[in-house]
Parts: sequence; C-alpha cells; structure tokens
Amino acid sequence: MEMKKPAIKSIPYEEFKDNETLEKLLNELNKERTNVIVGKLDDIINWGRSNSLWSLTFATSCCGIEFMAVGAARYDFARFGFEVTRNSPRQADLIMVAGTITHKMAPVLKRLYDQMAEPKYVVAVGGCAISGGPFKGSYHVLNGVDKILPVDVYIPGCPPRPEAMLYGMMQLQRKVKIENFFGDKNRKHNSNDIPNEPIIVTNVPITPNENSEEQ
Amino acid sequence: MNPEFIDINDFRARMETLRRTGMNFLRDIIGMDWGEEGLGAIYSLENTSTGQVLQTAVRCCDREKPSIPTVCDLWSVAELYEREVYDFFGIHFAGHPDMRRLYLRNDWVGHPLRKDYNEDEAINPIRMENEIPEDVQRPYELAEDAEMEISDKLTNKIHGDQYIINIGPQHPATHGVLRFRLALDGEEIRKIDIHCGYIHRGIEKMSEKMTYPQILALTDRLDYLSAHQNRHALCMCIEKAMGIEITDRTQYIRTIMDELQRIDSHLLFLSCAAMDLGAITTFIYGFRDREKILDIFEEVTGGRLIQNYNTIGGVQYDITPDFAKKVKEFCQYQKGKLQEYNDVFTNNIITRKRMIGVGILSYDDAISYGCTGGTGRASGWACDVRKRHPYALYDKVDFKEIIYKNGDCYDRFLVRLDEIVESIHIIEQLIDNIPEGDYKVKTKPIIRIPEGRYSASVEGSRGEFGVFIESKGDKSPYRIKFRPMGLPLVAAMHKILKGAKIADLIAIGATLDYVIPDIDR
Ligand code: SF4
Repeated sequence: MEMKKPAIKSIPYEEFKDNETLEKLLNELNKERTNVIVGKLDDIINWGRSNSLWSLTFATSCCGIEFMAVGAARYDFARFGFEVTRNSPRQADLIMVAGTITHKMAPVLKRLYDQMAEPKYVVAVGGCAISGGPFKGSYHVLNGVDKILPVDVYIPGCPPRPEAMLYGMMQLQRKVKIENFFGDKNRKHNSNDIPNEPIIVTNVPITPNENSEEQ
Repeated sequence: MNPEFIDINDFRARMETLRRTGMNFLRDIIGMDWGEEGLGAIYSLENTSTGQVLQTAVRCCDREKPSIPTVCDLWSVAELYEREVYDFFGIHFAGHPDMRRLYLRNDWVGHPLRKDYNEDEAINPIRMENEIPEDVQRPYELAEDAEMEISDKLTNKIHGDQYIINIGPQHPATHGVLRFRLALDGEEIRKIDIHCGYIHRGIEKMSEKMTYPQILALTDRLDYLSAHQNRHALCMCIEKAMGIEITDRTQYIRTIMDELQRIDSHLLFLSCAAMDLGAITTFIYGFRDREKILDIFEEVTGGRLIQNYNTIGGVQYDITPDFAKKVKEFCQYQKGKLQEYNDVFTNNIITRKRMIGVGILSYDDAISYGCTGGTGRASGWACDVRKRHPYALYDKVDFKEIIYKNGDCYDRFLVRLDEIVESIHIIEQLIDNIPEGDYKVKTKPIIRIPEGRYSASVEGSRGEFGVFIESKGDKSPYRIKFRPMGLPLVAAMHKILKGAKIADLIAIGATLDYVIPDIDR
C-alpha cells in the first residue's frame, strides 16, 4: 500500500530533526558566563543530574498505560537515565502528568508537586494534560495542568507514541543541562536568561490545607 | 426495549416481587431527567438462571425534592448505583443508608446531568483546597474558662476510635486514581469507604452535545484496555437503532479485534498483578508480549492503545494483506509463552501463598454485586455475555466459558490466564475464513437515531459493558449511559475486604482488575 506523507499542520518537518537548538543555546549561554571552576563543577553536576532523572509514578488514565509501556521491555527509558519510577514524591525529580486532570484531582496533584524536593520538573503528557484534550468542554476537567503547575516540557499526542515520550524526556534532560547550580544564576532566583521559562498562571486561589487528618 | 413504568407508590412492592421471582442481577440503574415529566430512573434487571431480561422505570414529578425508594437491600450493588444517580441528578433514595455524592466533591454546586444544570465556570471553579469528608466533624471542647468551643481538631464520626488510613488517590497499587479510606483494627480491615471521581471526565454529559460519530471517540477512552469492545458496543447499539445491516467481513474483523484486545488486556492484568505483588520480571514479560499485539493494532488501525477503529456501519479501514499471517504468528508465539508465566509467577510459592484462599467472593455475592467478567466467573457465575446474549460471531465459534469455583484471588488470576487460551482459540477459528466483501457499509452522512430507547452490551475485557441510548430523533442522544464494568467490582470490595488483612488489599485490588476511568466515566 502506498502511504502518503501525512500532512502535519503546526510543526514543519524540519523541526523534528532540529534537536540541536537547545544544545546550541546551552553552549552560547555557557560561553558568556562560565566561571572556570564553578562552570566546570556545574557541568559535572548537570551531567549527573540530567542522566538520573527519576520520575514519580503518576498516571491517571490512558496516557499512563503508554508511560508504563515506555518503562517496560521494548522502549525501556532506563537506557536514557530515567532509571526507575518512584512511588513517593519525596524521592522523585520529575512528575510526568500522564492523563486527564479533573477538578477533584487538581488539589491532589498540586500537593504532590509541592511535596517533591527542588529541583523538580513537570512534563505534561498528552492532550489532556496540555489543554484538556478530548475533554476540553467538560464541566469537570482542568484544561491544562499549566494552570496549576509550571510545565517544563509538553508532549502532544493522544496518547503520545512511546518514541514521543522518550523525545520529550530527553528534551527535559537538555533543559536540565543548561541550569546553573552555583553562583547567582539559580533557576529560581534569576531565570531571565534561561530559555523556555516555565509559565505559571495563578488565577486559582490557593488556600492552605486545613484538613490535617487526611495527610 | 421499552421499560415497564411503575407508579412510585407501588415501586417498592413491585421490585420486591421481581427480586423474589428470580430477577437477581441488577445490571444497571440509569438516572433520567425527563424534563417536564420529572426525574426518574430506569432499572435493568436479569434473571441469571432463565436469562430473562426486564427493564423497569420509575418517575418522580417533584423536581425540587425528588425521592425514590431505595432498592439497595435487594441488590447490594444498588448502593453505589444509587449514590451515582444522586450525585448526577439529585434524586434522593429514601432508605439508603449512606446517601452521599459518589464522584463529585461534596462542595459541588448542582447536579450535572440534569438538563437545567448551569455549567458556568464561576459556580464551580477549580477548588484547590482539600475536601473535607462528610463524616468528620469538629468536636466541642471544654475551654479553660468553662465555655464550650469548637476545637480545630477533626474527628471521625462514623468510624469512632478505629484507626483510619487513606490509600490513594495517588498510590501505585490502586491502578489509577481510586481512593480508599480504611478503618483498621490492628491489621484487620473493619470498613472501607470508596471515593471515586478523581478521573470523572463527564463523558455522558459531553455526549449529549455531540453527534454520534463524535461520541465514538470518547468510548475508547473509557476503559482503554477494552477500547475495541467499548466502541463495538456503541456501534452495535446505533446500528441496531438505525437498522443498519453490517457485512460478514466486518463481523469477522470486529470479533478478531475484540479477542486480540482481550488478550492485550489480560496480559496487562498479569503484568500489573505481578508487579503489585513484587514480581517485576513478570511485568516485563507481559509487556514484551503485549507489544506484539500493539504492533498488529498499529498496522491495521494506526493506533496502539487508542485505536478508534470501529465505526458506524463497519470499521475505519480494511485489514492489511498480511494481517492474517501476523495474527497467526502471534497466536503461535503467545501459546508458547503461557508456560513461561506459569513457571515464573503462577506456580511461585509466594504467589500461591498470597492468593490462594485470600479475598473470597461467594457466588451469591458476585451476582448481588453484579460482578461480571473474570471476577464473576471465578466465583462460579456463568456471566459471559458472549454466551448469554451472543452478538457478532460468538454463536458461530466454539469456545469454553472459563469458570472456577472458589472465588479467591488465585482463581480470579487463573480465569484470565485461561481466557487468553480461549481467545486464541476463537481467533484461530476465524482468521483463515475472513470472507471477502466490504469492510464498511455506506451510511447517511448525518446520523440520526429514531426516537426510542436502545441498549446493547458486549463482553468487555473485565465484564459486561453496556450502552443505553434514549433518543428524541436528533443528531445527538437525549441521554446516553455506559454501564461501567468496574463499579460493581469496587462495590464488592466492601464485602471482600471485611476482616481481611491490609496487606491483602493489594492482592485483592490487583486481581479484581478494574480500570478507573471506566468507573468514573
Ligand atoms: S491525551 Fe488521550 S490518551 Fe492521553 S489521557 Fe487524554 S484521552 Fe487519554
């Protein structure tokens, strides 16, 4: 059967091959501000950090099954340094938000995120986590996790193919590599010169939790 | 099928008679909003020994304070079904012991499936504060100046001095986002309170605004491990309503795909059950073999997990030329692997110790709770829709309905392993005989279902999946209801877990094999 080249509207084909942009950016950024000793230490630390990102086991629906498949036999994200998933947010470096987030789940997700130790990253997996996906019009679905969490990488798809997830996770590794651990260029304090600044939209009133028994 | 409308005053007596005369399986309770005519519910019943099916309905004209007598003492599963109807329609079930919302937060305003529900975001914004369970209260305490004042401590009204622990919604062993609140006495479970709704996506309400082909896309995302079967059910229901005859070729393709999906789901079940009990190797093995099915799916349908394959009047694309060869190869491969699972997991002493005799669900309870699928069959209930009400090609193929007797975790596990063999057997009978012909019949560009009520059910990967449509002759349904496969299973957990040890919760939850988005819809 002859296959037509699928028409993808929003992303030009060349973009897919353009994996090097972030790395180029990294080099440029580092050229300007590398302090010889601290810069080298940063390199070593970031090399280590980016290659041992452990994710939280967090899946609410369909995308979560694909996430499991990425961790299992054929795709095996351990090859790229995502060695294991952790069941406790205290031990996790990143949270892969795989699946629809509903109104009832939103405060739980937020709390899980708050429980993670810095530095921490958020990856939005699939249409639901990005914008509400197929359930955008529903009365009980949060239209995108970026309304409550700062998202670092978006992986589109419904569900994204395992290769797409791996690609997204590797983009996150690149992002980790351009962070500075030492000096005043800390991610939280001075993030102006870091590209892809995480977006935080806080139109949601966040009140401290009062229900101590349930914790 | 049109339901038998019962006057609300005779309702209770009529249902009692029905229960006494052998209607022992309550398939579903469908909440309804008939607008001017009031709110109500449709009950779908079945007699498991004769196979007789019946629908009854009751209506209540008071829209402000609607109330219907409960039936949860007649059929245990009604306890959760009625809470669902209360949540969505605000119908109060008189005599229900625990009338709370099931899916939405306690502070939710309104009942979403009512036709007059106000969807304004401002009324129900995203609330980021924690939800306080309804059964806790702030006690009065004697302050130092001898005044009574409300303390800021929360105490638990229902459970008294038992120890309460919370499992989920984010817990790897709940297979998604289900939440249990357990009352423990030492290690023993005294009471379990199930909180659903963490993945309630409002599919039924959304469907009321969508056209039928659009709704099809949502069924795949209910129970993504029964994607084909779910969609098959809805297509079947619509075809039945519109009187569309589908071709033999379609029937063959659908049946084969359903069975491949079942194997896929059971392999995932095996993997996850094993991982919950700590056997990572089996997890890897299961996923390795599952990928082989996903390859076939991907080649034919373009999707791995969510395939969007069935469509009204047929299937989206024809099968590929080497489909039969690939499937046969897979069947051969899979047969050889079953022994491997047995060696590494099923016959393992730890597995046997943790599963045999644990979490017993009796035959009567299985029916009363409506636990269909592998769970029911492990308790000895022959509940397979493929045998009870054959559809597609299931009356033409020869296969065994796997039935075990004990109803414990081990039996529930074995049922699924054996079903893999039966599914392969079904596929092998069909794969060489796929007739030539169209894979899809032409339908009208705009699908309208004639006025009336229609239902259809199929055997999903984990039980009976049903679709109910009430149509007013429009492009979109007036009400569409999916019978969840998982809700009866979690309802039965209450029974299974009573007196069990907390560590057994994991084995029991794993072998019940529920998928949460299917429960929450
Ligand atoms: S993006 Fe698609 S596959 Fe992923 S959770 Fe949402 S509906 Fe499911």
